[in-house]
Amino acid sequence: MPSQLQLHEVTVSYDDFTAARNVSLTLDQGQIGCLLGPSGCGKTTLLRAIAGFQPVASGEIRLHGNLIACGGYSLPPEKRKVGMVFQDFALFPHLDVRRNIGFGLTDRDRGDRRQREDEMLQLVGLAGYADSWPHELSGGQQQRVALARALAPEPDILLLDEPFSSLDSELREQLAGEVRDLLKRNNVTAILVTHDQHEAFAMADRVTLLQSGEVAQSDTPYNLYHNPANEFVARFIGQGTIIAVTVGENGELRQGPITLHSAARHGQPGQALRLLIRPDDIQYTEDSALRLPVVGRSFRGAEYLYELEMPGGQRVHCLTPSHVTVPVGSKLPVAFHLQHVVVFTP
Amino acid sequence: MEIGSTVPDSVSSRPRRPVRSWRAALVLVAGVIAVPVLVIIASLALPFSGVWQHLLETVLADYVINSLLLMAGVGIGTSLLGVSGAWLTGMCEFPGRRFFGWALLLPMAMPAYIIAYTYTGLLDFTGPVQTALRTGFDLSHGDYWFPEIRSLGGAICMLSLVLYPYVYLLVRVAFVEQSTAVLEASRSLGRGPWQTLFSVALPMARPAIAAGVSLALMETLADYGTVDYFGVSVFTTGIFRTWYGFGELTTAAQLASFLLIFVFIVLALERSSRRRMRFHQGSLRKHPSRIVLRGWRGASALLVSLAMLFAGFLLPAGQLLLWAARNWRGTVDPAFFHIVQNSFLLASLASACCLLVAVFLAYGKRLFPGKLEESLVRLASIGYAVPGIVIAVGVLIPFAWLDNRIDAFARDTFGISTGLLLSGTLAALVFAYVVRFLSVSLQAVESGLTRIKPSVDESARSLGLSAGRVLQRVHLPILRGSLLTALLLVFVDVLKELPATLILRPFNFNTLAVRTYELASDERLADAATPALAIVLIGLLPVILLTRSISRGGGARA
Repeated sequence: MPSQLQLHEVTVSYDDFTAARNVSLTLDQGQIGCLLGPSGCGKTTLLRAIAGFQPVASGEIRLHGNLIACGGYSLPPEKRKVGMVFQDFALFPHLDVRRNIGFGLTDRDRGDRRQREDEMLQLVGLAGYADSWPHELSGGQQQRVALARALAPEPDILLLDEPFSSLDSELREQLAGEVRDLLKRNNVTAILVTHDQHEAFAMADRVTLLQSGEVAQSDTPYNLYHNPANEFVARFIGQGTIIAVTVGENGELRQGPITLHSAARHGQPGQALRLLIRPDDIQYTEDSALRLPVVGRSFRGAEYLYELEMPGGQRVHCLTPSHVTVPVGSKLPVAFHLQHVVVFTP
Repeated sequence: MEIGSTVPDSVSSRPRRPVRSWRAALVLVAGVIAVPVLVIIASLALPFSGVWQHLLETVLADYVINSLLLMAGVGIGTSLLGVSGAWLTGMCEFPGRRFFGWALLLPMAMPAYIIAYTYTGLLDFTGPVQTALRTGFDLSHGDYWFPEIRSLGGAICMLSLVLYPYVYLLVRVAFVEQSTAVLEASRSLGRGPWQTLFSVALPMARPAIAAGVSLALMETLADYGTVDYFGVSVFTTGIFRTWYGFGELTTAAQLASFLLIFVFIVLALERSSRRRMRFHQGSLRKHPSRIVLRGWRGASALLVSLAMLFAGFLLPAGQLLLWAARNWRGTVDPAFFHIVQNSFLLASLASACCLLVAVFLAYGKRLFPGKLEESLVRLASIGYAVPGIVIAVGVLIPFAWLDNRIDAFARDTFGISTGLLLSGTLAALVFAYVVRFLSVSLQAVESGLTRIKPSVDESARSLGLSAGRVLQRVHLPILRGSLLTALLLVFVDVLKELPATLILRPFNFNTLAVRTYELASDERLADAATPALAIVLIGLLPVILLTRSISRGGGARA
C-alpha cells in the first residue's frame, strides 16, 4: 500500500531565499503528522507547498501515490483533493454555516449535498447552527465550521495551519484533543503545523521538527523527547539544559566532584561530553549530601521550579513539591536520577 | 479653536455647566444646518398650488421615469467600470498595473457637466468625429446613423465615466483587504481562480459595491449641469424650471421633497451597506498573491484600463486643452481673472466656515459622547446626500421669510425699508455650501480625531499639560494634515458646485462653474474650455491626495 502523503527531498524557495531544504517525510493512511518548529523554520511554507499555494523548487510531493508537485510542475490547488483549515479559519463571511460547509461539494446533487452538510454539522456538534452566520459564532465554533468545511469533500489529506493559535489557551488543549479524536474516528490523514510542542504532542502520531528549513528530527513524540537526535532538538523539546561532563574511569558521568550517573556506557574514560538534564532528572532528596546553591526559583502552584548552580557555573532546573521552600542563596539537597541518558559529543 | 481650549479646563472644575452649554450650542448649530432640509420636508404640508395640476398632466411622470432610468443606467455603468478597474489593479498583475492603480481615479477631477460639454463638442454633427466620418466616406446629413450624445443614454455614459471612481475606490479596498486565506480556502475546496472570483471575491465585495454605487447615485440625483445640457427632464431640471419659469418657490420645494424620497432610499442603501462591510473585512493580506495576466490577457487588461482612463479623463482633458490653447487670447481677460477671484473667495470662505463648524461638532462629540450628540452630528452631515438644488431652494425660503420680517420690523420701527437684506448675498450662498459640504470636512476632522486615542489626552494631562496645552501641543500637530485635507476638499467641491450657485448667487456675480455653464449653454463650447480647464486642474488636487493614500495601500475618503 502506498503511503498517503510522501515528500521526497522537497526544496521550496522564494525569490532568493530557501525556506525549506531537502525535506522528506511520509504519512500513512489515518496518521496525523505535525510540522513543528520555531517561527521562520519553513513549516508553513511546506504546508502551503502541499496545498498547492507555493511551487516546489525541487523534489517531489505525492498524494495517494499521485505526483502533485515537483520542480517545474504544480497541480493547481483546486485539483489536489486537500482540505485546509486556516489559522484565522477563513470562513466565507457572505455565506451561512451550511453553505460554508457545502462550498466544496459542487459535484454532488442537491439532496446528496444537503445530506453531507447535515452529516458534517452533526460530526462537529453544530447541528443547531446551520443557518447562523460566521460572525455570530464563537472562536471555537468557527474553528469547527472550518474543520467541517475542509472535511466535507472527503479530501485525501487534511492540512491544519496553526489551527488553535487564535483561540484561548484553555480552549486550545481541549479542542486539540477533540479534533484528534474526531480525525482518528474518521480515519483522516492529517498534517498539522504548529510552534507549540504541547499541541504537537496532543495531536500527532509523528512529529517532524524543522530547523531553518531542514528536518532536525522526524519521530514519535516519545522519541523526540527522550531520544533527541541533536542539541537543537533537545533544547527545543521539553525543558532542559545541556551541561558539560566528563567520563570517569568506571564509565560514570561526572562534573567536578559530582557524579551525575554511574552505570552508563558512554564514551571513553576521560572524554568530554555534553549531557541533557531535564528538571525531572534532578530530585529533591532531604538527606542528600549533595547540596547545590539556589540562584532562582519560581512558584508554580503544585510545585516549585528551582534554578541551581553546578560547580562549573552552569545552571540546571529542578522541580520540587511546593512545600519545599528554600530561599535564594541557600542550598538545596538534591540527587541526580537520570532515566534516559542523552549525551552529545561536543 | 478657543472652544477646545477653554472647555476641558472648566470640565475638570465644574462638570455640569459646560456640558449643558455645549449641548445647547450643538443643538443650535446642528439645528440651523438642518433648516434647509427640514424646510423642504415641511413644504409638503403647505397647500399644493395649481401648477401641480399642470406638472401632473405633463412632466411629473417624465421626471420619475427619467430619474429611475438614469439611476439604473449609472448604477450599472459605474459598477461595471468600477469593479473591473478594482479587480484588475487590486487583484491582478499586468503591465502598467501600478500606474493605473492611481490613474483610474483621475476622472474624479472631471465634473460631469464639463465632460458632457466636451463630448458634445467632439461628437455632435459639426464635431471632428462626424466631420471626419462624412469626409472620409463622402456622406452628407441624413445618410448615416450616429448616436445622439445629447440624450438620456448620453447622460448615463457621461455620469458613469466620471462617477465610477467611487465604486472603484471602495471595491479596490475591499478586494485588497480580503483575506488571502479565504480565497485560498476556495481554491483548496476545488474552485479555480475565475470561479473563486465569482463565488467568493465578488460576493464578499458586494457591500462595498453597493456603498460605492449609492455614492455615485447620490451624485447622479444631484446632477443638474449634465441633464440640463442634454435636455433630459429629471427632478433637478424640473425644480429649476418651476422656480425660474413659474416663480413657484413652494411648488419647487414640494418637488424637491419628492426628490428627497429618492435620496433617502439611496442613503439608506449606503448606510446599511457600510454596516455590512464590517463583517466582510478581513485583515490585511499576509501573502499578497496576484493573478498574473500574461500574453493576450495582460494586453486586454492594459487595454481595458487604458480605455477607461482615456474616455474618462485623457480625451476630454485633451480636448479642453486644445480648445483653451486655441481660444485663450479671447477668453483670458480681466473679466476672467475677476471670475477666478470670485471663485477663490467663495471657496475659501465656505471651506473655512465648514472647517470651523466641523471642528466644533467633532470636538463636541468627542468631549461629551452621547446618543444626542451622535444624532445631532449625523443630522448636520446629511447634506452630502442632498442635491445642491434642493438645498438652494431650502435656503431661499427661510432667508426670504427672514428678509420680509426684518423689512417689516424696520418699516414699523424706523419707517425705512431694508429690502432684501440676506437673500441674494454671499451669506446665503456660503450657508448653502456649508449645509452641502459640511460632511466632507467633518469626515476629515473626525477621521483625524479618532486617530488620537483618549489615552493620549490622558497621558498628556498626567504629564502636567492643561487641556489647552494638550490641544496646542498634541492635537493640532496630529490634526494638521486632516484640517488641511478638510479645507482643500471643500474648497474644490465648492469650486465645482453648479446648481446652488446658479440659484443663490448675488446678481451678476459669476464663478468659474457658472461661467462655464453660461458659455456652454450659448453653444460657445470652445470659449467655455478655459474656465472648465481651470476647474479640472484645481479638481486634480484632491485626487492627488487620494492617490497618495492609495499608493500607501490605504483606504477611501468617503
